[in-house]
Amino acid sequence: MDLFEYQARDIFEKHGVPVLGGVVATTTEEARAGAEQLLGGQPGVVVVKAQVKVGGRGKAGGVKLARSADEAAEKADEILGMDIKGHTVHRVMIAAGAKIATEFYFSLLLDRAERRYLAMCSVEGGMEIEQLAVERPEALAKVAVDPRTGIDQAKADEIVAAAGFTPELAPKVAAVLQTLWTVYKSEDATLVEVNPLVLTEDGEIVALDGKVTLDENAGFRHPDHEALEDSAAADPLEARAKEKDLNYVKLDGSVGIIGNGAGLVMSTLDVVAYAGEQHGGVKPANFLDIGGGASAEIMAAGLDIILTDPQVKSVFVNVFGGITACDAVANGIVAALEILGDEASKPLVVRLDGNNVLEGRAILAAAGHPLVTLAETMDGGADKAAELAHAAA
Amino acid sequence: MAIFLTEASKVIVQGMTGAEGQKHTTRMLASGTSVVGGVNPRKAGTAVAFGSGDTAVEVPVFGTVAEAVAATGADVSVIFVPPAHTKGAVVEAIEAGVPLVVIITEGVPVADTAEFFALAQEKGVRLIGPNCPGLISPGKSNVGIIPADITGPGRVGLVSKSGTLTYQMMYELRDFGFSTAIGIGGDPIIGTTHIDALAAFEADPDTEVIVMIGEIGGDAEERAAAYIKEHVTKPVVGYVAGFTAPEGKTMGHAGAIVSGSSGTAQAKKEALEAAGVKVGKTPSETAALARELLA
Repeated sequence: MDLFEYQARDIFEKHGVPVLGGVVATTTEEARAGAEQLLGGQPGVVVVKAQVKVGGRGKAGGVKLARSADEAAEKADEILGMDIKGHTVHRVMIAAGAKIATEFYFSLLLDRAERRYLAMCSVEGGMEIEQLAVERPEALAKVAVDPRTGIDQAKADEIVAAAGFTPELAPKVAAVLQTLWTVYKSEDATLVEVNPLVLTEDGEIVALDGKVTLDENAGFRHPDHEALEDSAAADPLEARAKEKDLNYVKLDGSVGIIGNGAGLVMSTLDVVAYAGEQHGGVKPANFLDIGGGASAEIMAAGLDIILTDPQVKSVFVNVFGGITACDAVANGIVAALEILGDEASKPLVVRLDGNNVLEGRAILAAAGHPLVTLAETMDGGADKAAELAHAAA
Repeated sequence: MAIFLTEASKVIVQGMTGAEGQKHTTRMLASGTSVVGGVNPRKAGTAVAFGSGDTAVEVPVFGTVAEAVAATGADVSVIFVPPAHTKGAVVEAIEAGVPLVVIITEGVPVADTAEFFALAQEKGVRLIGPNCPGLISPGKSNVGIIPADITGPGRVGLVSKSGTLTYQMMYELRDFGFSTAIGIGGDPIIGTTHIDALAAFEADPDTEVIVMIGEIGGDAEERAAAYIKEHVTKPVVGYVAGFTAPEGKTMGHAGAIVSGSSGTAQAKKEALEAAGVKVGKTPSETAALARELLA
């Protein structure tokens, strides 16, 4: 789960990472109040920053300076509702202004290839880090971090030395890196990025912007993380699927897909898209993995979500019975269609293979539901579902 | 021969007394796996009965992995405990000196995996998973949840991130059979990679053709391609799932996400093809490519 900047700021503060004051606002009035709070009646500057989970907001006009509470409200009014690379701005953060002397870069993330953590640090912050990594790789220090010991004093010293901080700054930065490790470790993050990490004119090291990704698998030890989820952003069908613990992703096409196992479902999307090329270019409408269980209830919940998607014209159920027997899956489909009744109004192509496949196919054949077509193979099923979606379009 | 798992493998089950553990221990025993013990500190000294009639067996339950290893000489542990307890279970198995630990559990925090993987590397222990279906050397041994009755022993070696795609490919090539089929799991950090399995298949005299199944996300397939080019002389057929996956959407597996320009199925396919791997667009086309090599 990716966090908004203001959420990252709050988490940083909680773990002792130096940050500046920041207040989130969803209306111009809240923005004004936030700016008043930060300015405290004194002359000064605040920054109004669009809160979107996408890079490049500065260039898109999503970050603006304001010299008074009124001006902050004005800028917030301009930014709220703005579209940044397809993301609508619903919130801004009013942040205290900083007198920046120098900008640095720091991130700590999973290194999938080496199966440990990787710290990246540069004394040249602020710019696009991908660009720096390509153009001047020597300016970006990369230091392996053992997951068991993390960034202790020795590791922090190693990182700042590799990045080339001056002897005066090195200990200050190293201390901040250790607090960022605390964030990573104690919040079960998979990414903590600070760009820029700044040196202020007062000689302080401050995390001016933060990007944090949390590991959803670790949710069981962080009951507070649930509140960080941006439920407003989710597609309504995705939100409903999540309530039912279904692994569902909404896509743009018209062939609804249900399968068991993430890999097989991904593969099913591909096979349907290829088949669609022969049938007017129809595409998959969703990704839905009902997992190994595939009980009648789960099948019904899955079919319910897919059939209520107005874009769906046909459905392809592709199940390989491994542990789950195909007869159980077939019974699940029959029961699901009964539960759904008239709601089930779109043609279903069902391909079953594997454990107890003959029994499974026999159950579907005996039920003789008018909307159900049996397919012998994955390719054949995909072709039939694409054909039906095209015919109904 | 086969890779990682043979008829001589002695297997203990951590989490055997739980519902999932019992169900799959029953299946493992039925497919010929030598399951020599279970571990549960609260049920130490008891035994669990599996099967009935001629095939009935009693599997002893030990209080710790170390006791189980001392008593049985077990050299494989398979883990069916819930995510919150997985790290503890894996660490216990590593500390007890079990050389192969297969972690079936789905939903393990990646920090836990990173920590126990570091320990495993230090101790020279091979981990498979987490979030994987395990592995099967048909006719010899079956550790995890792969159905044993899809196909039998044969000349194909299969490595895949995905469980059901493993089953699908075993089914497609069921008339040829497999030396070993291994599901390495779809998490961001996994104990055994495509490369590890490729190296083992290359060295395995029973394996003639290797089928490698990948999916979007990360660069494991690209790295496997580079490895194949340098080190693998046996023919490799590849398949990558997720050609039509949109950027930024996680497709079920925690690792399966296309971010920016990297991690796309197309990039993986091209990397594999550049290494001389024949890549199918669908599972059936991939199976057909393998068939040509096996004929």
